[in-house]
Amino acid sequence: MSDTLVDARGLRCPLPVIRLAAAAKGLPAGTELTVLSTDPAAKLDVPAWCRMRGHEHVGTREHRAAAPEAGDEAWDGWAVTVRLG
Amino acid sequence: MSHATPGVPERVYLDNGGRAPWHPLARQAFEQALADGWADPRRLHAEGRRAARLLDGAREAIAAVLGARSQEVRFTPSHTATLHAAVASAAAARRRAGSAVVVGAVERAAVLHAATLAAGDTGPVPVDRLGRVDVDAMVAAVGAPGVALAALQHANGEVGTVQPVEAVHEAARAAAVPLLVDAGASVGHVAVPDAWDLLAADPADWGGPAGVGVLAVRQRVRTAPVGPEDEDPWAPGGVSVPLAFAAAVALQAVESDRVAQEARRRALVERVRAAVARIPDVEVVGDPDDRLPHVATFSFLYVDGEALVTELDRHGFAVGSGSACTASTLEPSHVLAAMGVLTHGNVRIALDRSTTADEVDRFCAVLPGAVAKVREMLGVGGL
Repeated sequence: MSDTLVDARGLRCPLPVIRLAAAAKGLPAGTELTVLSTDPAAKLDVPAWCRMRGHEHVGTREHRAAAPEAGDEAWDGWAVTVRLG
Repeated sequence: MSHATPGVPERVYLDNGGRAPWHPLARQAFEQALADGWADPRRLHAEGRRAARLLDGAREAIAAVLGARSQEVRFTPSHTATLHAAVASAAAARRRAGSAVVVGAVERAAVLHAATLAAGDTGPVPVDRLGRVDVDAMVAAVGAPGVALAALQHANGEVGTVQPVEAVHEAARAAAVPLLVDAGASVGHVAVPDAWDLLAADPADWGGPAGVGVLAVRQRVRTAPVGPEDEDPWAPGGVSVPLAFAAAVALQAVESDRVAQEARRRALVERVRAAVARIPDVEVVGDPDDRLPHVATFSFLYVDGEALVTELDRHGFAVGSGSACTASTLEPSHVLAAMGVLTHGNVRIALDRSTTADEVDRFCAVLPGAVAKVREMLGVGGL
């Protein structure tokens, strides 16, 4: 489970990565953050940001509003989790 | 003394990939062919025969540069049409061998879409961080049963990386699978390899006109027309003789001093890549050495690609971008995505043979400030 959730849904590139970087500022190494995004560029650019900044890309989970288990959490996009280096 | 209007910078066009200005000799050739070759080359009268002679001459000149025979060269309506038709008709001719079309992940969208239409979505062969196709995976895929066709570009027009076409062609030959090589970004800029069964080239990229494309098909390679019946299945209704003639003259012209232009532009691109690398938080993408001589691509962290293109345009510089916010689809470039490099804040330049060292230096001087300004607008200081 992530320590911090960054809701960047509805924002377009590069804003999801910027929101994530702002949330990560000052947090200790090892902290996990998850950014929620509806922008297809974010699922590519968050791992690239990790590589450029020395963080770890833990994983990416796809959300599908139409999925039967979606329930109240219905939205299309990605939840990308990182661990700060 | 200069009489340029103060405050109005001269335009510098650095987005020459796939649509470069016409070579001056191509314009002359076009004028000449309008006068002598306006008639339908399929007609039997004197005017028709004169047009047909110009078209034959154009085919011969292009064949000589591509290392093909004249009768192996076809004209099409565009580079996209070339790729669509090449994939569809080469795959159709091998229906009995199989239906799979093996493609690299950073092929032009026209190749990927044509492959999907012909064979369904089979998943392209991945590329590494530099954009080079995984040669072992491609060789294995080409050698698998049920493959109708393989397609690999000579070099990637977005990031410049040269692909291992020789190794893949060898594997394709061993498996008796024809290889389509998209040389649309390289013909006229670097030497063309002879490791192909079908070769696609793009006049609009080498300083010839748009509205005409080139496909060479080795005589031993079978193709099957896929559209409605037409006298010329590669260019239904016939090709424009003036456009084909201008394309051929442009290719001869750029080929005549290609080696010098290659070295000159390679040095300028080196200069750009080095200058860009000094700007904070940037990924300069593509192979640093084994690359096209005139293409440079880079992505800036925390930068909005659309804002940067607009800011550079305001300063008089026209550049391309593969960032999602610059595309109508909102999807970033599939090339950058497949490479796993940063897709936002992307800038792509392709130098024309008319691009000067002074223009490149001015671009390098303006770029850091433009990046800083866009970052400032987004308030990303200290991130």
